[in-house]
Amino acid sequence: MKTVLNEQQLAITIKRLGHQILENHVNLENTVLIGIQPRGIFVSDQIVQEIRQLVPPVLVKYGKLDITFYRDDVRTSLHAPNHTDIPFSIENKNVVIIDDVLWTGRTIRAALDALLDFGRPAKVELCILIDRRFSRQLPIQADYVGKSIDSIISQKVKVFWKERDGKEEVVLM
Amino acid sequence: MQLSVKHLLGIRDLTHQDIQLILDTATEFKEVLQRPIKKVPSLRDVTIVNLFYENSTRTRISFELAEKRLSADTINFTASGSSVSKGETLLDTVNNILSMKVDMVVMRHSASGAPHFLAKHIPAAIINAGDGINEHPTQGLLDAFSMRERLGKLEGLKVAIIGDIMHSRVAMSNIYLLKKMGAEIMVAGPPTLIPKYIQEAFDVRVEYNLRKALEWCDVANVLRIQLERQNQVLFSSLREYSLAYGINKQLLDSLNKEVVIMHPGPINRGVELDSDAADSKQSIILNQVENGVAVRMAALYLLSGGRGSMN
Repeated sequence: MKTVLNEQQLAITIKRLGHQILENHVNLENTVLIGIQPRGIFVSDQIVQEIRQLVPPVLVKYGKLDITFYRDDVRTSLHAPNHTDIPFSIENKNVVIIDDVLWTGRTIRAALDALLDFGRPAKVELCILIDRRFSRQLPIQADYVGKSIDSIISQKVKVFWKERDGKEEVVLM
Repeated sequence: MQLSVKHLLGIRDLTHQDIQLILDTATEFKEVLQRPIKKVPSLRDVTIVNLFYENSTRTRISFELAEKRLSADTINFTASGSSVSKGETLLDTVNNILSMKVDMVVMRHSASGAPHFLAKHIPAAIINAGDGINEHPTQGLLDAFSMRERLGKLEGLKVAIIGDIMHSRVAMSNIYLLKKMGAEIMVAGPPTLIPKYIQEAFDVRVEYNLRKALEWCDVANVLRIQLERQNQVLFSSLREYSLAYGINKQLLDSLNKEVVIMHPGPINRGVELDSDAADSKQSIILNQVENGVAVRMAALYLLSGGRGSMN
């Protein structure tokens, strides 16, 4: 087991991602942030919290998206859905999708499909905490990357969060 | 994460976890139904036949809508106007339909146990949409979903099922389900419409006085007097039934609390339920109909799982 990000590095990375998103979306009026259920929510919660400290909190529109019904492996295995909560329109908005680990790209493919059922966004960007390079099965890349790592398919990236696991750390297993 | 059953034949066969899973999944489908595009691609490659050997408005439309919202292909079959009138057997009809590559069967039949018989003989997943006087599982589930939505929980809830218990598959599914989820149940109605040993068999309360039943319960699930299933006279007239067991606003207002009113539909207005009660704020009858689609989506989705890969 190898530590990819320790608690301090993780905090700094989250802070940087928040700043980078804000840098590209100075006027947050037309921007919405969407975390991917279930694990992306831990990252997006923290990034949103970070951004809300930098600008008036009411400007930050934040939703949660579950992709279970859009998965491409529904034939072989069934998953229980999580809660989707997008209490605003995404029509003509700049959408930043936030997830924890970008691996095969299949989750993001499903998320793009799911997103389009809520309207037609002007632009969609992707923010990822850990990018597992060279393991993509679909042509999908992130716009904001916390950290890129090289890994082989049998390895696992695990992200621990304080609220859930009692510690904050990213490890490669 | 999977149901313990391959078919949804009755609530009787489900576990507490199964019911919980269906209700929780339905909550998420209800959110899907609020979106600008109320459709998900989950069952894009599934073909479902709706086999209705008995009349239905709500259930058939609700199932069909649920299937379409899940992107399944649907075929509708009604017994009247089909080869059933030429004498084709149930099994022959279904096998012929299945040979056209159908994956799931939603079935309503006037004979109790018809879907159970089918489940033994065909490979497709079967959902019971009401069989005779046995069960109507998706109605039981949507009733429970609506109660949970309105009152926050099922455990410890006091539910009175009022009316024709004897001929009601809705009552059976409600009793099985609420029992498994830890609610308290009372059946109320005239003695002739309440099965003799129901108290011992299901451990439910029995009450013959409507006012006492309403005073006890949090939720009153009012059943329809099923005129088509009354081949013997079990009460003297509809008017008399209505006088003793009809619920109206005046009666509800005279109670010291607000009882939630439910009805599986179609209502015989002025018989078991007066219009002023059916259309009041206490009534969640239309919510039941709305929730029906989400609950049926959940059942279809969860039963479709593990169909195997494309090759």
